[in-house]
This record gives sequence, structure tokens and C-alpha cells, in this order.
Amino acid sequence: MTGNVVVDAPPVGAGPPAVARLASLPGVGTASGVAERAQQARTTGEVLPVLAELEDALPWSGLRRGSTVSVRGSTSLLLALLAEATARGAWAAVVGVPDLGVVAASELGVEVARLALVPHPGAELAAVTAALLDGVDLVVLGGGLGRGLGGGTAGRLSRRARHRGTVLLAAGSWPGADVELRCETSDWRGVESGYGFLRERATVVHTTGRGAAARPVRTRLLLPGPSGRVERTPEEHVGVHAAWTAEEVG
Amino acid sequence: MTGPPVRLLVLWCPDWPVVAAAAAAGIAPHVPAAVFSTNRVVARSAVARRSGVRRDMRRREAQSRCPELAVLGVDPDRDARLFEPVAAAVEELIVGVEVVRPGVVAVPVSGASGYFGGEDRLAELLLDHVPAKAGVECQIGVADGLFAALLAAHRSVRVDAGAGAEFLAPLGIGELNQPGSDRTDLVDLLRRLGLRTLGAFAALSERDVTTRFGVVGLVAHRLARGLSDRPPNRRRPPPELSLVERFDDPLDRIDAAAFVARSLAERFHAVLAGSGLACTRLGIEATTANGEELARVWRCAEPLTAPGIADRVRWQFDGWLRAADGIRPTAGVVELRLVPEETVAGRSLQLGLWRGGTGVDGSLDPAGEEQVLAAERAGRALVRVQGLLGPDGVVTAVLAGGRGPAERVRLIPWGDVRPDADEQPWPGRLPAPSPATVYQRRIPVDVRDVSGLAVRLDERNLLTGAPHLASVDGSHPRRVLDWAGPWQVVRRWWARDDGGPFAHMQVLLAAVDEQRVDMAFLLLGRLGDEHNPPQWTIEGKYD
Repeated sequence: MTGNVVVDAPPVGAGPPAVARLASLPGVGTASGVAERAQQARTTGEVLPVLAELEDALPWSGLRRGSTVSVRGSTSLLLALLAEATARGAWAAVVGVPDLGVVAASELGVEVARLALVPHPGAELAAVTAALLDGVDLVVLGGGLGRGLGGGTAGRLSRRARHRGTVLLAAGSWPGADVELRCETSDWRGVESGYGFLRERATVVHTTGRGAAARPVRTRLLLPGPSGRVERTPEEHVGVHAAWTAEEVG
Repeated sequence: MTGPPVRLLVLWCPDWPVVAAAAAAGIAPHVPAAVFSTNRVVARSAVARRSGVRRDMRRREAQSRCPELAVLGVDPDRDARLFEPVAAAVEELIVGVEVVRPGVVAVPVSGASGYFGGEDRLAELLLDHVPAKAGVECQIGVADGLFAALLAAHRSVRVDAGAGAEFLAPLGIGELNQPGSDRTDLVDLLRRLGLRTLGAFAALSERDVTTRFGVVGLVAHRLARGLSDRPPNRRRPPPELSLVERFDDPLDRIDAAAFVARSLAERFHAVLAGSGLACTRLGIEATTANGEELARVWRCAEPLTAPGIADRVRWQFDGWLRAADGIRPTAGVVELRLVPEETVAGRSLQLGLWRGGTGVDGSLDPAGEEQVLAAERAGRALVRVQGLLGPDGVVTAVLAGGRGPAERVRLIPWGDVRPDADEQPWPGRLPAPSPATVYQRRIPVDVRDVSGLAVRLDERNLLTGAPHLASVDGSHPRRVLDWAGPWQVVRRWWARDDGGPFAHMQVLLAAVDEQRVDMAFLLLGRLGDEHNPPQWTIEGKYD
């Protein structure tokens, strides 16, 4: 352990002033500072927890209360984001997704007893979403609804989420989202010309966003893995790309 | 337990659980039916009884004796709900109706028989009135005390005043074991002791019975002697509990309604609490200035508190006044009625002192407290949405038994009691993962093999060819990169009118004009018959 301390300690002389100078700039934080803040945010409930496998894909290592997250390309990823929070007692509501696979949600770890569904909000979409943002911890809006609402209403809902400390998750694109996750399927494994069954899917999750999430991140995940839940891609599957992926993730 | 028993008239609807269940399921009276609980018959219709179906019989045995037997589930809520019209019909003639249990009503006979001119005349009137009003058959018995009157009703007899003991004496000891009384062990013991009639049991001295059989034996002994075990609790008709408020200025603004709702709710709740009641189903009815009648019933899993009532009234107004054009009432509300549709004893409103939940060691758990608060907050928001969309607008899902991903989900309106999830293994179920999108609409898919022929299921549930191209809902065909299955779906093979058998198949489709994996679907295939063409539809999408 003493070896670590020596490595972490900044070189005497030039080190501390340089770091201090950088850290004093607005918007720039030291890595240890960011990690500390993230840890503090999680313990104070400012950030809703996500599955450990998804922490790398999200700034703040979780879903910060009041933020708007847009998830494109995968319903499973959307459901997986709800898993840890609902399992730990948070409430989630899904608006405008009549085709939601509740069995899949349960398999990914979502506590379905704390998952309310509003399949057909109809013309009351904005009013329903606003009411849910007041009381539920995570509100999911169905695909394509963000466009249908118009920029003004979408912005108003985002502001309401920020004010009430609710996480607004939009399936599909959302104007002005704080974090944007895009899921790409690279391969499905398990089926072979009539034999076997779909078992695991290799995906790449691209994270972009604003503010603290401005740096794009790519995360390789099995969604789902052989266990039926989200798993990290084992090293041998990453193969030649391992080096640069790790570098990019940081 | 003192005083002479009240003379009672008992109106008994034979086999009520079956009658109610058959009415709810729309089964005709001539079809033999039985209600089962944990695979045992608890009640059966007269037709089923003639076929030899007995109480406590196993389902398989009952069905072997009576193959056309309709099997119905036990549901006390349903029995009680459907019995309400019967109780109301009796109430139209006589006051002070006590519902002993669904299927049995008791009324004190003294006043009414004087008014209608004799007990026989009263019984005749009821036998005319109740079947006409409520559409159910019933039998009537009159005797001293509930127990004797109930047995008299089973035999459709009138027992003279003071002759209760003589009426009971020759009856079998098994009659003591009425539904809900739980005297099975006692009856069994008495029978083994050689006491086979109520008269033989009644002949024992009370002192001997009490020393040997305790309080249970004492109550049974009193019943056997024709004494009352307790005075009946009158079921009072509750109209005075509903609250009517008229407004001089029509209410057409939500803030005004919210203000009114708060004071109304306080008064309504106080009236209920004064009667020792709390409301679990609240009817909100309104009349507008143009004479339109609006009504909605709110059902709640928990008894309503005053703020809960106020919230619901406010949200209901919100829902009415903000409805779309054409549905919205044309004028303001001038009269509002709050009706307790269903009440429970008020003590169930008592919350635990430390309701936040305690840890294993009994210490306070702040996280539990926080979760309770979060649940309350979420509950309020969801009920608010129900005000906008109606009670069915917000649902929660319960996982139940079934094979396909859609069959395994039951949606329960928010606020209704959630049944326990049924996580038993189920034969023929597809292994995880399940599709994250399960389509409500069946989307047709055209699957072709290499030579361009349509891929079908054959009689042995095999594919006629290896899938090569698939076109979803008439779109541009995509390459099928791989597939798994087909797996036969064994369901409803005894009623084969839907073109089955069916089979599931998983396919991996490429992006348009590419070789890259793009989408994975769960397809449901149909063999087809003369009425239904063979077809593949998308059941779910693994996205």
C-alpha cells in the first residue's frame, strides 16, 4: 500500500501550483475532486444509483436528480437504467410506451411493483408528465414523444424535472438533454441456424452530453449478458479495440 | 349472551358463491357449476349436486363425475358485491337488515310482521319481491335466534316462538359447523363421543360442557339449546353519511373547486369518523347548471383520510373541467355529492406509531422512512394522473404464469390490490432474455427461403425451408442472418378454431442492404386452416 501513496503524491515543487492553477479555472476540476463529489452526491441521494456495469457510461456514475437523459436505440438500456434505483426503493413511471416488455424489465432487475405505466396519455401528455415529475423519482417518456411535444413544452418539462429533482428519461432524442446515450448493437450470440436461442448481445453505448458529460465516452456492454442482466464485456471479446477503448473511457 | 333470542327472519340464497360466480362469468343457471378453493369444492350449484358433486371433493373427481362442470374461482369480494342488490331489495321492505355473510340476510321480524300482517304474509311478500328485484332465488325461515332461523331457512320452515329447542333437537350435530364458524374439530369430537344430534348435545348440563370444551363448546351448546350467542348488529343504510353541497355560483374554476374540496372533505371525513367508519370507495357525483350528471367512483387500497378525499375531489374536478371539447361539461357545477360507496371500520385508519419500518433489531430505519415518504409522494402523483385519464389510465404490472412475453403480464389499475406475483416455473416458457418491446398490434412478417418460397410451419411444427429474407409489414426485405426455433406453443389445443398450432421463432435481421446485425425479433407463426391463412407475426423486439 505504501507504494500507492508514493505514486499518488504529487512531485514536490512544480506539481501542486500547476494543479491548483488549473483547478482554479472555472469548469475544470481535478480527477480526485470529481470522484469525491460523485461519491458524496451518491451518499446524499443527489444521484440515483445505476447498476455497477452502467456507472462507466454515465457522468456522476449514476442518474443525477434533475437531469434529462435521452436514450436512443435500445429499450433494454432504458430499462436497465431503472433497475438499481427501483430495486433500492425509488419509483419510476413510464409514459406513452404501450409496447413495453415488462417481463424483460423484470429480468433486467427492475422492481416492477414500483414501476407505474401510463400507456396512453393521449392529448394530456404534457399535463400527465408534469404531474409525474412532481412525485415520481424517474419518469420515462416514450419514443418519438419528445419531437411531438415541441421544443417549448420539452424545455418546460426539463426545467420542471430540474426544479423537482426528478430524472427525466426520454426514449429517442430530446432537445437540450443533459446526457445522451446511444446504443448500437454489434452482435447477437446464441442462435445458429435453428438451434440455440438468443443469449447475449454485444453493444456499444456512446455517451455525449453537456457540462460535466461533455467528453464523449464509449462503453462496451453485454445487454443482456449470459446471466440475463447487464454485464461488462469480457476482455477477450473486446480484442484489438481494448487498448483505445480503455484510453477513451479514461 | 343474555336474554331471550330475538325472533329473526333469515333470507338465504342457496349456493350463493356459485350463483354469484356464475352471474359474474355469464354462465347460465342450467349449466352445472362449482366454486373451488385450493382444488376443493367449496360450493356447487343444484345441477352439479344432482350429478354427484359434493363439498370438499377434489376438482379432478368432481369433473370426472360431471365432465361439463364449470370450474369457478373463490372470490369473497365478488360474492359480497353481487349480494348488495339482494340486501338492498330486502331493505326496501324491512329496516334493520343485517348481512350475516354474502348469501344470508337476517332481519328482526317483530315490527315488520305486525306491519305487513303476520310472519307468513311477510315471508310471502319477500319471496315475491326479492327474486323480482334482484333476480335470485331465495328461501326464508323464521325462528328464535340466528342459528335456528338459519337452519329453518335451509328447510324453508317457520318455527313457532319458543319452539326453537324442539326444532333443533332432532337435527344432526354437523349443523353446528356453519360456514365461517370453524367448529370442525368440535363437531368431530362430539360425534366421536356419540353425540349425534343437537338434542343430545343440548341435554348435557352447561357446566359440564364448559369444563370440558371451553368457550367454543359453551357457544355451541347455547346454539344447540336454541339460545342466542350474540345480539345481531343491525346493518344501517348509510344515506345520511353522503354529503350534498349546493353552490349558488356555479363552480367552473379549479382553484375555487380546490378550496371547496378542502372544507367538504373535512366535513365528510368527520361524519364518517363519527360513525366509526372510513371510506375505501368514494363516489363523487356532480350536477352542472345545464343539468348534466357527472359521476365517478374512486377506489382506494387504503382508507381515505381527509386530505386524501380533498385531493380526489380536486383532481376529479380538474379532470372534468379540463377535459377536451365535447367531453367537458357545458356549464359550472351547482351540486356536488360525496357518497361513501364502501366503508370499513374506522380503526383500520390507525397508522403504526413508527410506520417507517424498523430494522431487524427493532431500531428505526431512516431509509425505510424515506421509502415510505417516496411511495406516498409517488402515489399522490399517480392518483393525480388518474384524475386526468381515468382510473384505468395508470396501471402497474404483475408477472403471472404464461408462456409468451405478453401472456405473462397482468395490468392492474393503480390503487387496486396487487395480487402476488406468480413466479413459478412454467412449461414451454422461452428462456431469458425476453423482448424489451412487446407489440400490442400483431405486425405481419413475410418470411422467404433462398428460392423465394414462403417459409411456413408444417404439421410437425418444422419449417418448410431455412429463412433467408424477411419483410416486415410490407417494407423492403432484409436478410435473415440467423434464426432459432421453431418452438411449439402448446396452448388451447382443445379449442382449435384460431388456425393453430402456433410456434415461436427468433430471427436476426440485417440492416437494409447490409450484412451487419441490426434487429432481433420474436416471431409467432401460425400453421393456418381453412379460415385463417398461415402467417408470421412479430410478437416482440429484442431492442
